[in-house]
Amino acid sequence: MTFQTFLQQLANGISLGSLYALIAIGYTMVYGILRLINFAHGDIFMMAAYFMVFSVVNFGLPWYIASIIVILATVALGVLLEKAAYSTLRDAPRMSIMISAIGASFLLENLATYLFTGVPKGFPNIAILTKSVSIAGVSLSVATMITPVVTIVLLYVVMFITNKTKIGMAMRAVSKDFETARLMGININRVISSTFVIGSALAAVGAILWGSKYPSVMPLMGVMPGLKCFIAAVLGGIGNTAGAVLGGFILGMAEILLVSFLPSLTGYRDAIAFVILIVVLLVKPTGLLGEKVTDKV
Amino acid sequence: MMKNTNMNENKMSKKTKLILNIISLIVFAVLITLLDKRVIGDSYVRRVLNTSAVYAIVAVSMNLINGFTGLFSLGQAGFMALGAYVVAIFTVPVGLRPSIFYVIKQNPVLAQIELPFFVALILGGLLAAFVAILIGIPVLRLKSDYLAIATLGFSEIIRIVITNIQPITNGALGINRIPEMPTMWIFFGILILSVIFIKLLIDSSYGRAFKAIREDDIAAEAMGINLFKHKVLSFAIGAFFAGIGGGLYASLLGSVVPNSFNIPMTYNFLLIIVLGGMGSVSGTIISSFVVTSGLEVLRFFDDKLTIGGVVIPIFRPGFRMVIFSALLMILVLFFRNGILGQKELSWDLIRGKFLRKKSDKRGAA
Amino acid sequence: MSVLKLENVTMQFGGVIANNNLNIDVENGKIVALIGPNGAGKTTTFNVVTGVYQPTKGNVYYNGEKINGLLPDKITKKGIARTFQNIRLFSKLTVLENILIANHLHIKSDFLSSTVRMPWARKEEKAMREKSEMLLNKLGLLHLKNETSSSLPYGEQRKLEIARALATDAKLLLLDEPAAGMNPSETEQLANFIHSIRDEFNLTIFMIEHHMDLVMKISDKIYVLDFGQLIAEGTADEVKNNPKVIEAYLGVEEDA
Repeated sequence: MTFQTFLQQLANGISLGSLYALIAIGYTMVYGILRLINFAHGDIFMMAAYFMVFSVVNFGLPWYIASIIVILATVALGVLLEKAAYSTLRDAPRMSIMISAIGASFLLENLATYLFTGVPKGFPNIAILTKSVSIAGVSLSVATMITPVVTIVLLYVVMFITNKTKIGMAMRAVSKDFETARLMGININRVISSTFVIGSALAAVGAILWGSKYPSVMPLMGVMPGLKCFIAAVLGGIGNTAGAVLGGFILGMAEILLVSFLPSLTGYRDAIAFVILIVVLLVKPTGLLGEKVTDKV
Repeated sequence: MMKNTNMNENKMSKKTKLILNIISLIVFAVLITLLDKRVIGDSYVRRVLNTSAVYAIVAVSMNLINGFTGLFSLGQAGFMALGAYVVAIFTVPVGLRPSIFYVIKQNPVLAQIELPFFVALILGGLLAAFVAILIGIPVLRLKSDYLAIATLGFSEIIRIVITNIQPITNGALGINRIPEMPTMWIFFGILILSVIFIKLLIDSSYGRAFKAIREDDIAAEAMGINLFKHKVLSFAIGAFFAGIGGGLYASLLGSVVPNSFNIPMTYNFLLIIVLGGMGSVSGTIISSFVVTSGLEVLRFFDDKLTIGGVVIPIFRPGFRMVIFSALLMILVLFFRNGILGQKELSWDLIRGKFLRKKSDKRGAA
Repeated sequence: MSVLKLENVTMQFGGVIANNNLNIDVENGKIVALIGPNGAGKTTTFNVVTGVYQPTKGNVYYNGEKINGLLPDKITKKGIARTFQNIRLFSKLTVLENILIANHLHIKSDFLSSTVRMPWARKEEKAMREKSEMLLNKLGLLHLKNETSSSLPYGEQRKLEIARALATDAKLLLLDEPAAGMNPSETEQLANFIHSIRDEFNLTIFMIEHHMDLVMKISDKIYVLDFGQLIAEGTADEVKNNPKVIEAYLGVEEDA
């Protein structure tokens, strides 16, 4: 392997990792507040990709206007999902809430198959993102290069919201102690909706960048990234935004490095994430940046 | 006191119940035999019923883990895959193997081994249980949602590994020409045996320990129950029967491909146990038949529907699965207890329901 | 002779010291109380003894044998059983099932012979049921055996939780606020009940309690915990007149 290929793969790893990171933030925020794996988050991501296909290909909108519409539509879908599948079960047994989450995910997948058929649709070619740039003999697409930048910027925005704004303070309070926060007069439903707004918006941005790199949109395209990004969130320490980004980067790198250094194991690409999950849960269940929680007896 | 007298009124004598039980068993046996001898029904009906029976085995095994032990495990499809592949690999006649493994040759040792169906079936169950123990040791220490994602992950890993070890499994091409079963009684007989075994287990001291863990694991541990040992036990037994179910599934279909055992397969069983009632064996069996035949009946949703020359546009491929998943949502949102909740079907229950309906009517009149 | 001995036990959660260097000695056959204001760290002490938490420092001995480091179920097998501050019955199961579950720890049949009902497993199950019914009978709960445990009145649920702990054949009983939420006459009955089971089953009892009259009436020895520190120990009279105890309880005693 030449140094150039190595750099190329490194860039691919970082880029894939930042995509994972964008989606992982949504998981970690919802988990932090509801203690719930939002199984449908990957499918929200998938729907965002379809929204983009329709806005650009079917309605012929320019990509920048389409992107805004896609983000808004995805946010609406995320909030709707929360209202329909989760808010009604606030006091239900944990297993019911998880089944509802799985059901929602399954419903979105089947709905997509029904509405858009299982045949992959081509993601619109956004010239400004797919254009290839060559730096020091390494040829990369613009999407690959700007993804990490977008992720870091958005991470800062999210951290600003959670640390500096009023709603962010409420979010942190709810994630520390749901019941007390509720008693203190924090509007729980508003906090939860805001979490879904942020998570879904990031998933939409992720979907647009993802589509520019892997331009094939299918009803089940969210399943694997969804599971992997949840794992990234666990790896970084669930509930911790920066941790989710770190976890996403590590996972993306691990995957690309496996494929490029051990090509014979390419078939096992999707298995690495799960192996990492098991190792993390065994060695450091709180993740890299997570806090230790003690159960009250 | 009032409650007690009411209950007595609703109770039947033991003798009546015994007679009813015997009658229903005979009806059941006669029906299956008639179907089996091709006196009634066609091959389609037989296939749907056999599939239901196989699904019932897997669903009951999943309910043992999820509904009775309270472990949110989503690994059933993976365990089924193990059972299915053991049957597929070892029961296909040796002579047919080269024509199946035509891209990559089968491992020369395996290519020589052919086992009787029942040996392979049990072996598949044991392999699933063994893998469950290996998986269970790390993951069963985890709390509910982590356990769900970890078991789902392992189930996927099993599928990925099966896809990648071509010399053993023929990879993504799968294995076909698996010998078919001569009679429905194999499926229904094994269903009956599995259900009896699991029911006896649930009602034993070990089953009570499982339920204690489901109700309150901290209290269970404080009462001297070794959480880890009992969780692994329940998980492994559940996996064993999922493996058996997988083996039967392979022979029912006559072929296996890794993609059959994907995540939606597990969701299918999840729907079955939620509908039947988490913690009800009889509910799970009823719902296995309802869901499986329901999915067949719903097939017309996927076909074009024309009423009076007008094509109803919502009926097209995929609609069935939309209905199916919407049903799961409606169930969990509004009918969380399913058909039977944690109760079991009994004559008293049927009679009670019947009487209550009657008295409701009287009350209304 | 001491049954339970805590030696320099410290339990720390991050920066919070819930138990600081505790030395507690529970003698055989005695009723020993652990009292203190809310948040003093009493339940933490129970959790350390029963293996829910591992002490940060120090050791716990049961009949001279070190038990810290063992899992809760192993500790119960050795003969220590507990109740919980906010009742933790197996609420959807019947009264009898709750007791039977507490018998499971001594089971000799393996799961397979239990499941297929081998003769010896049948015999063991039968013995288990007889023993459980006998226990329920002794405690006056037998008529409720087929009731769902959550449907029992509050006082009976407390009693059932104690019965369940007894069913493990424990010799040392840890009761976490057994009289919580009871009125004076119920508390009085509970006092007699605790006394009688102690005598009947040869138990040693270590309990956390807020009802001072109950504590003063039946305890042979009292330990007082405040902010994780032991501030006093001794008989009821000694503790009652201890200025430190009065200070710790000032204003708190009313609702205790």
